[in-house]
Amino acid sequence: MLRYLYADQLHIFPRLAESMFRDRACQFKSRLGWDVTVNEHGLEKDAYDALNPLYVIWEAPDGRHRGSMRFLPTTGRTMINEHFTDLLGGGTVESPLIWECTRFCLAREAESRIAAALMLGGGEIMRHFGVAHFAGVFDARMIRIYRMIGAAPEILGRQGTGRAAISVGLWDFSETARKVVARRAGVSPALSEHWFHRSFGADLGHMRLSA
Amino acid sequence: MNAYPRSPLDRLLEELEHAPDVAAMQATSERLRDHFRVAHLVYHWVSAAGDQYGCGTYDPVWVEHYLERDYLRIDPVIRGCYQRFHPVDWKTLDWSGKAARAFLKDALLHGLGNQGYSVPLRGPNGQFALFTVNHRCDDHAWRVFIETNRRDMILCAHYFNEKALEFEPDRAPAPSRQLSPREVDALTLLALGYGRAQVADTLSISEHTLRVYIESARFKLGAVNTVQAVSKAISQGLIVI
Repeated sequence: MLRYLYADQLHIFPRLAESMFRDRACQFKSRLGWDVTVNEHGLEKDAYDALNPLYVIWEAPDGRHRGSMRFLPTTGRTMINEHFTDLLGGGTVESPLIWECTRFCLAREAESRIAAALMLGGGEIMRHFGVAHFAGVFDARMIRIYRMIGAAPEILGRQGTGRAAISVGLWDFSETARKVVARRAGVSPALSEHWFHRSFGADLGHMRLSA
Repeated sequence: MNAYPRSPLDRLLEELEHAPDVAAMQATSERLRDHFRVAHLVYHWVSAAGDQYGCGTYDPVWVEHYLERDYLRIDPVIRGCYQRFHPVDWKTLDWSGKAARAFLKDALLHGLGNQGYSVPLRGPNGQFALFTVNHRCDDHAWRVFIETNRRDMILCAHYFNEKALEFEPDRAPAPSRQLSPREVDALTLLALGYGRAQVADTLSISEHTLRVYIESARFKLGAVNTVQAVSKAISQGLIVI
């Protein structure tokens, strides 16, 4: 199932959170060889995790992480604007309608549908929070994955070639893409919507706002 | 260039952008409330020290009362938005506590509507503010309202916050927001009178990507629309035609 959690809510799901940071270490440090920091507990965290970002996380029945990504608004500090402006030829991406999506991570044992499920979660964020686009940094390998799940980004800038290429890309999410991604994820749009509202409280029934 | 006519909202945002003082911001907030056809529209700044200021259409008696009662401490909207960056429908907040229920009752007595939508805002140095639209209607009507106006409300929220930051007394000068070369290219071609399709074609990008460049440039320039973004970029010497 998908959970939407801000960093300050991760402590409620310690097993989920820990396995996410562990899987990130595995993906970004061990498998991709990125220059990321892994702490003494084997967890990969960076400065942006300290800015209370929003995570979309796939939780397996055992309560552990299978895939995740991280969001921050581009009106605040972002990885693209602080580290990757050269990929955009200088300058930045800033808009209240664009959020940055980073650390797209899949656990080693993740089934193939989980990447699509995460995209579906991204789509819920766009629809419900008025976000027009996501901007993100990713490597060559991810482009194939994104294309496979029917959510290919548009490349705004690229550096390097082959496997070492790093790109800044941009997503939007049409209603058609939503259906395609939902099918690949094996999750009905209604269930996806339910997970979203469960995380953001709309169905908690504690609303007594009638005058 | 695509000189499509300015929308009524564009005009109001432009007015906000040129507001010389808080009184003018106040006047624009009233016109924006009328534009959205809602009961109230409010911009509420909370400093790290707990100082508050803002503008909007709540009854001044309520504002006074809110401060006097120190409602900041129990207002579920503040609590629910403080560490968040997504817009929040009041319906999703926790109003179940005794203090929150009493607060809500008091708010309704002072003329607030039962529905609310708040956009959290963050500026430099932990600055926090909220932009809120408040109304009295049933849940269905409110859902439709939000779906129709969500992005407009988000944009309004940011314009209010930019303006408020500008009025801050000991504000450090705003960091210059550099346009990326692609944004410069896009605005330059628009300024030369190219249509969007031509611009996209010339830059070998899709119109979709072009929209994003324009959107980002517009925000950096504090422009309400493309036409204004182009004219500001020219007047600031960012593009040369």
